[in-house]
Amino acid sequence: MAGMSGGDGGARGTGAQLTEEPDLPDTAVDEEVLEAEDRKWTPAKIGIWAGIALLGGISWVMLAIVRGETVNAIWFVFASVCTYLIAYRFYSKYIQKHLLRPNDRRATPAEYKADGKDYVRTDRNVLFGHHFAAIAGAGPLVGPIIAAQMGYLPGTIWIIIGVVLAGAVQDYLVMFFSMRRGGRSLGQMAREELGIIGGTAALVATLLIMVIIVAILALVVVNALGESPWGVFSVGMTIPIALFMGVYLRYLRPGKVMEVSIIGFVLLMAAIIGGGIVAETEWGAAFFHLDKVTIAWGLIVYGFIAAILPVWLLLAPRDYLSTFMKIGVIVMLALAIIVVRPEITVPAFSEFASRDNGPVFPGALFPFLFVTIACGALSGFHALIASGTTPKLVEKERQTRYIGYGGMLMESFVAIMALVAAISIDRGLYFAMNAPAALTGGTVETAAAWVNSLGLSGVNISPDLLSQTAANVGEESIVSRTGGAPTLAVGLAHIMQQFIGGTALMAFWYHFAIMFEALFILTAVDAGTRVARFMLQDSIGNFVPKFKEHGWRPGAWLCTAIMVGAWGAVLLMGVTDPLGGINTLFPLFGIANQLLAAIALSVCLAIVAKRGTFKYLWIVALPLAFAAVVTITASYQKIFSSTPAVGYFANNAAFSKALADGKTEFGSAKSVAAMEAVVRNTAIQGWLSVIFVVLSIIVIATALIATVKAFQDVRAGRTPHDHEDPEVPSRVFAPAGIVPTPAEKALLAEWEKLPLELRVEKAGHH
Amino acid sequence: MSAAGTARLPMFAGVAAGFKSVARYLRGVLGADAYENYLEHYRRLGHQHAPMTEREFWRDHTDRQDANPQGRCC
Repeated sequence: MAGMSGGDGGARGTGAQLTEEPDLPDTAVDEEVLEAEDRKWTPAKIGIWAGIALLGGISWVMLAIVRGETVNAIWFVFASVCTYLIAYRFYSKYIQKHLLRPNDRRATPAEYKADGKDYVRTDRNVLFGHHFAAIAGAGPLVGPIIAAQMGYLPGTIWIIIGVVLAGAVQDYLVMFFSMRRGGRSLGQMAREELGIIGGTAALVATLLIMVIIVAILALVVVNALGESPWGVFSVGMTIPIALFMGVYLRYLRPGKVMEVSIIGFVLLMAAIIGGGIVAETEWGAAFFHLDKVTIAWGLIVYGFIAAILPVWLLLAPRDYLSTFMKIGVIVMLALAIIVVRPEITVPAFSEFASRDNGPVFPGALFPFLFVTIACGALSGFHALIASGTTPKLVEKERQTRYIGYGGMLMESFVAIMALVAAISIDRGLYFAMNAPAALTGGTVETAAAWVNSLGLSGVNISPDLLSQTAANVGEESIVSRTGGAPTLAVGLAHIMQQFIGGTALMAFWYHFAIMFEALFILTAVDAGTRVARFMLQDSIGNFVPKFKEHGWRPGAWLCTAIMVGAWGAVLLMGVTDPLGGINTLFPLFGIANQLLAAIALSVCLAIVAKRGTFKYLWIVALPLAFAAVVTITASYQKIFSSTPAVGYFANNAAFSKALADGKTEFGSAKSVAAMEAVVRNTAIQGWLSVIFVVLSIIVIATALIATVKAFQDVRAGRTPHDHEDPEVPSRVFAPAGIVPTPAEKALLAEWEKLPLELRVEKAGHH
Repeated sequence: MSAAGTARLPMFAGVAAGFKSVARYLRGVLGADAYENYLEHYRRLGHQHAPMTEREFWRDHTDRQDANPQGRCC
């Protein structure tokens, strides 16, 4: 903020030519030089790209066409990585060249607003890791697993193609536009670009979507920890560990982040091992054996306290732990899959791919596969991250391609690995774990009988396998452990034990996986509650100004209680739902996330139109249209479908009628109270769907109006008003990608020759 | 033995340097270098008043997070 507040006339105003600093080398490599570098195809370069294309092509053929009895996991790695490389090299550069047209002679907010705190020029590779750690969480580890019910191919295609054309495009665009606006948030951009109606609808939708997302993430944790003394102990221990780290950083050794993270990590491992020992003891098994409703209430109370505690005590230290674990786990998972290369026996398309009554999630492949896998292919939530912290740290405009587009490709790869881990386990086991207890009956015998009765090809599971697997991973039972996390944990344990430690270590790996998922989710729950609380306070503040004062305790606590109450209610609804909770709620999570993506892309569409780039509008319109069609169709089916398993209101009507007829049990609800719960839950879920879709249609419509208006303005020769910050000439240089190009290297060498005091900008005029 | 030892020395130095750069990278990703960045920024600008101490800086750092929460992704 310091840099601009002086109010210099300088090189302000759009269109003004940025003046070169006479005492400095160039702050950017000339556009023509960069393009010439791109167009220079040496034989070696041609060979490498031909090799990548060939390997990628062969891998896709192996996955999609050859697919014999089994397919090796390594083809998933090759198919995805080769596709990412090609998309990154060609498509993202195309977007850069034609749509965004970054200008490295223009300073980024990190330069012109530099304050040493929020606005700090950050090395591009470090920022890539930082941004990736902020966008990747439990989402890409859960969705692909639930979607595996349809076979591996639909999910794989959507994750890889979706990220290239939609997810990474959204992240890149939002980051770039936010950077051009001083790091403004998505909500602020929506307000500016779409006007008061679109902006308000976007804000309300974002708030509601956050509630749903937090609730369903919390549900994943509850499902993973229910009746699991080991899991409850080790995840519970993360709280005292984080508190200890917080006190350590605040009072004992401030700033020693790396040191405390390593201490925390060691304690975390001790908590996992200790959990196994505690769960073996009689008192431990009794004390930490909690049912799901108790855990849900615990999580609600925890969520409230965590959101009103100061950041330094709990959130910040756990954030460090979570980042540490995230990088470690992903590197480990990638190594394990490449080294072990498990054989996959799951078919490309399962029996459920062509039906709409799958046990894991109901609904047909289109549209429900595309909402079940949100994170990893297209995640609207990223728009909230890509506008905010990261744009304030970017050093040069061109780096947004690497960080925004590249960072999302990386998350997509995590989703692919999660998918591989989930499908490397026995298919019968998969369905026994992921179908609700109402179907499996809850015991190994009934679950095995039910799975075998599905008539899935090659599936014949014995009760022994179910009890043996449970024993191997140190759990009492793994039947109906829905929510994705336990399946990933079993898959990961299955792969890792072949890599390190054998069967003896399976229980450790299982709980290690549960631990890191819970860690990511608890951080997301805590941070999400805080963000939502602030949004609510600001909204109420428009009517009662006192609420805008964030330091005002009663207001902060009241708004926190409202937000926790909202997601807590949805969580309890999911936990006690006779239909199985995650199965009915997960589609709502995906729809919410994708609607947020539609909102973000709508804002981008309006901005692109106002920049006058109509020829390349399709780059935004394509993913927007797809996200809109998918989510609106999914919402439509959830609201209007006459199939009770799919339509919330159809289900509501069926259960209401059964109650009116005086029945005492109906479908999977075995009592009148359970039937009443279904009636209540389906009504809430149905109305939530209605509200979401209406709000999103308003946002999309206002974006289309803004786009048409921009088109008319440009045709009439008027320049549409843009909301970018004024141009400020840059005084620094940094390369755009991972490795500097020859031209960038040459320029870097010129900068190296400069005396140190000239090499960095004299920000502002103090 | 000594000949082999000296031959290996550069390799060890290389490994150590590699290790150091990985550690530095991780510090950056974790945000552990925030205070150094702040000091560097301060040095460039040269205010009249003294910079915050490390303890003050980190207090301010988390307190600002309190006032300006950032979401984590799902």
